[in-house]
Amino acid sequence: MKKDERDEYQRPGTLGRREFLKIAGGGIVVAVSFGGEFSFSQEEARRRGAGYPEDFNAYLLIGADGRVTGYTGKVELGQGAITSLPQMIADELDVPYQAVDMVMGDTDLCPWDMGTFGSLTTRMFGPALRAAAAEARAVLLELAAERLKVPKESLSVKDGVVFDKASPSNKVFYGELASGKRIERHISPKPSVKGVGEWAVMGKPFFHKDAVDKVTGKALFAGDIRLPGMLYAKVLRPPAQGAKIRSLDTSAADRIEGIRIVQDGDLVAALHELPDVAATALDLIKAEYDVPESKLDDETIFDHLLSIAPEARVVAEGGDLKEGESLAANVFEETYLNGYVAHAPMEPHTALADVKGDKATIWASTQAPFRVKDEVAQAVGIPPAGVHVVMPFVGGGFGGKTRNIQASQAARLSKITGKPVQVAWSREDEFFNDSFRPAAIVKIRSGTDGSGKMVFWDYGVYFAGDRSSAQFYSIPHHRTVSRGEWGGGGTGAHPFAVGAWRAPGSNTNVFARECQIDIMAAKEGMDPLEFRMQNLSDERMKRVLAAAADKFGWTLAPLPSRRGMAIVCADYSGTYVATAAQITVDRKTGGIQVNRVVCAQDMGQCINPQGAVIQIEGCITMGLGYTLTEELHFKGGEILDLNFDTYELPRFSWLPKIETVLVPNNSLPPSGGGEPAIINMGAVVANALFDATGARVRRLPLTPKRVKAALAAMEK
Amino acid sequence: MNQTIPFSLNDKPMSLSLDGERKLLWVLRTDLGLTGTKFGCGEGFCAACTVLVDGEAVRSCQFPLKDVAGKTVTTIEGLAQNGKLHPLQEAFARHDALQCGFCTPGMILVAHEFLMKNPKPSEKDVREALEGNLCRCGAHTRIVQAVMDAAGLK
Ligand code: FES
Ligand code: FES
Repeated sequence: MKKDERDEYQRPGTLGRREFLKIAGGGIVVAVSFGGEFSFSQEEARRRGAGYPEDFNAYLLIGADGRVTGYTGKVELGQGAITSLPQMIADELDVPYQAVDMVMGDTDLCPWDMGTFGSLTTRMFGPALRAAAAEARAVLLELAAERLKVPKESLSVKDGVVFDKASPSNKVFYGELASGKRIERHISPKPSVKGVGEWAVMGKPFFHKDAVDKVTGKALFAGDIRLPGMLYAKVLRPPAQGAKIRSLDTSAADRIEGIRIVQDGDLVAALHELPDVAATALDLIKAEYDVPESKLDDETIFDHLLSIAPEARVVAEGGDLKEGESLAANVFEETYLNGYVAHAPMEPHTALADVKGDKATIWASTQAPFRVKDEVAQAVGIPPAGVHVVMPFVGGGFGGKTRNIQASQAARLSKITGKPVQVAWSREDEFFNDSFRPAAIVKIRSGTDGSGKMVFWDYGVYFAGDRSSAQFYSIPHHRTVSRGEWGGGGTGAHPFAVGAWRAPGSNTNVFARECQIDIMAAKEGMDPLEFRMQNLSDERMKRVLAAAADKFGWTLAPLPSRRGMAIVCADYSGTYVATAAQITVDRKTGGIQVNRVVCAQDMGQCINPQGAVIQIEGCITMGLGYTLTEELHFKGGEILDLNFDTYELPRFSWLPKIETVLVPNNSLPPSGGGEPAIINMGAVVANALFDATGARVRRLPLTPKRVKAALAAMEK
Repeated sequence: MNQTIPFSLNDKPMSLSLDGERKLLWVLRTDLGLTGTKFGCGEGFCAACTVLVDGEAVRSCQFPLKDVAGKTVTTIEGLAQNGKLHPLQEAFARHDALQCGFCTPGMILVAHEFLMKNPKPSEKDVREALEGNLCRCGAHTRIVQAVMDAAGLK
C-alpha cells in the first residue's frame, strides 16, 4: 500500500469519517463518492454533522470471509436496486453475485444520502460504485502480488480467487487478503471500469434478490416490526386540510380498557396494544373543528393556478417566435389540463419509534431515511446523532415517501408514552396526508408551414415543473417557459401538500407536447410517425421511434386513421423513450380499453435488462391510471377520494399486451429506467383516442364522461 | 366479549380466547405475529389482506374472527410445505412477479384458491380472478405469467 493513502485520514476535519468507519470493523474498505445536485453535497453532510463522512457517500467492505458488502443510504422500494447494485459490484470485483450483500438506508451504518428518487440510483450512483469496485479489485491485486510473489500483471481473478495465470494453483482468496487488515482507500480519479464486452454479471437478467422473502411473507415492512411493550397508535384525521381542533370529547374512547388517548398540540391519537382496538377508540372521539374557508375544488383549481402563476422562467429557446409565426400557414393554440394525482402505494406510510431519553430508533417506510432522522430529532428535541433510522422493506413510494410525517408522529407519541409506538396510517390517512402530484396547465401556441414542417413553438407550463418540457424537434423558432415548480410553486398555490410523483412534471409535459404534435399532424393530413420523423433531426430519438414503430408493425396512414393507434416519444433526463399503442373506444360508455402497448427505450448501457423491462412494464401499467381514471376530487380542504372505491387504480382487466424493446446503446453511460416509460402514457392514449374517433380530449384523465363529451362535441 | 374459538392455522390446531368480533387480519398480525398478511385499505377494496379459510380466499380485514371457528386458515406463511416453496410462490419468484412485494401475499393466495377450482385456466380467466387485487407497482403482466406457469401452462 502506498503510504499517503492512509495519511489522508489524519487530516483535520475528517474525524467524522474515522469514527464512522469503525463500525465497519476489519477488512478492506473502499470509499465511493458520487456527485450530482441531488445525491450528495459535502456542505450538506457537514451541516448534518452526526459523524457522517464528508467526502464519500457509500463504501465497499471486503471482509475476512471474502464476502463483499456495499453500504449505501439509497433504499430499495421495489425498483430493484437491491439487485442491480450488487451486479455492478460483483462484475467489477470478479466475485460471484451471491457473494455480495447490500446494506441500504440504515442511518448508523451507511453514509448520508439525500434519498431515493428520480431514477438517480443507477445514473448517478452506479458509475461511482463501479469505479470503487474496480479500485477495490486493484488493491486486492496489489496485495495478492505481494503475497504470491508474482508481478500483478501475471495475475487474474475469478470468483474472488486471485491466481497466477502461469500456475493457477498459486492462488489466494480475497478473504485471506482482507483478513486482519484495516485498509482504507480512496477512489482514484480515473478508475478503469470494465467495458460492456467484459461484463459477466451486468447486462444479464437477474431476478430480485429479495423475491423469496417476499413470496413467503418473511420480508418485514415497517408495520411488521414488533417490540416488547409496543403500542399501536391511530391518529385523528381532521375533516379538511388546515382544520384546527376547537373542542375534543374523548370520554367514550377513554372507557375502552387499556386505551390511552394523547393530545399533543394538533396531534391527537388513540393508543392501545392492539391496533384494531386503537382504531375503535379513535372512532369514539368526538372533535369539532374550525375549517378554513376555501372556494377551490378540482374544477376551479385551474383558473386559480393561472391567476397566481409566478414569473415565467425560460427553459429553452431558439430563433425568433415572431418570425416563426410569420412563416406559419396553420397556427394552433391549445390548453391542456391535469388534475391532482395520489401516490397511493399499497403500503400506507408506517413507522415504529422507540424513543428513550436522547436516543431514538425508528423503523420507517421511507424513501429518505436521513431526512426522517433530522425530522424525528426535531420533533422530539434530541440531537440528530441520537436518532437511528433502520430500513425495513418499503411497499412502494413513487415519490410520496420522501415525506414522512408518520415517523415524527410515532416518535412524539413514543416520547410521551415512554413506550415503542407504531403509527400505521389507514388508507384514508394515506390519501388525506399525501403530497399529491400537482394540478397543472400547459398552454401551447405552435405553427406549421402547410407542408408538414413545424415552424414555431411557444410552450408554457404552469406548476408541473420543467422536466421533459423542452422540445427536441427541429423547430427553427421556439421557446419553452415554466411557471411554478412541482414542489409547490409558492405559498397559496395548492390547497394541500404537493410533491414529486413518479417522473415529476414529465407526465404533464409529454401529454401536452405530444398531443399538440398530433393535432398538427392531423391538420397537415399526415401520419403521426411520419410527421415526427420529418420534424426530427436527433438521430438517437429517430432510432428509438423507429424501434417502437418496427416492433409495433406501424403502417402509415393520415390522422385520424380510425385504427385507434398512436405513437409518441420523449426524453426523460437522458433516457429516450417511444411508445406505440392501440386502443378501442366504447362510444356508448366512453370507456377506453388499451389493447397493446409497445415501448422502446434507449437508456444507454443497461446493467440489468430484466430489471429494466420490469420497470417499463410497471410504468406502462401504472401510467394507465393517471391516463384513464386517477384524479383527486376535493372541495376546499376536504379530500373527497379517501379509498380505492372512488380513486381507481389500474386493474388486471385494463392490462394491455405489453412489448418492450431495449434499444442497445453502449456508447452512453447508464441512465435511469424506473420512470421514463410512464411519461408517454397520457399522450399515447389521448392520441389513439383521436385516431380512433376524431375526438380530442385535452384534459387528463380521459374519463368516460370526458370522452363522451368530446364525441358529442365532435358530432355537433 | 371473549369467546373460545378453535380452528386450524397453517396446519396446526389452535384455540384462541378472544373477542370474536375482532377482524382476523389484526388477530393474525398482532396476536399471532403472522405479519405476512398485509393491510392495504381496510375496506375490502385491495385484497392485500387475503387469507384462505377452508380454501376460500377471504379478505381478512373484513372477516370476523368468530367465523373461523372449526375451519382451517392458511396464511402466506403456511403455504410452503417442509421448507419447499409452493409452486405459486416459486413461480412468482421465478417470473419476478413482484416489485415492492406488498401485494404479493394477497395475489398468491387469491391465485391459490382460483387454481384449485380452475386447474387449466386461460390468461383471461387469470386476469378475471385477480381483478379485485390491486398492485400499485404494476407487476400485473408478470403476475399473470407466474400464475399460468404455476398451473403448468407455460
Ligand atoms: S386490506 Fe383488506 S381488502 Fe384491502
Ligand atoms: S408489487 Fe408493489 S404493489 Fe404489487
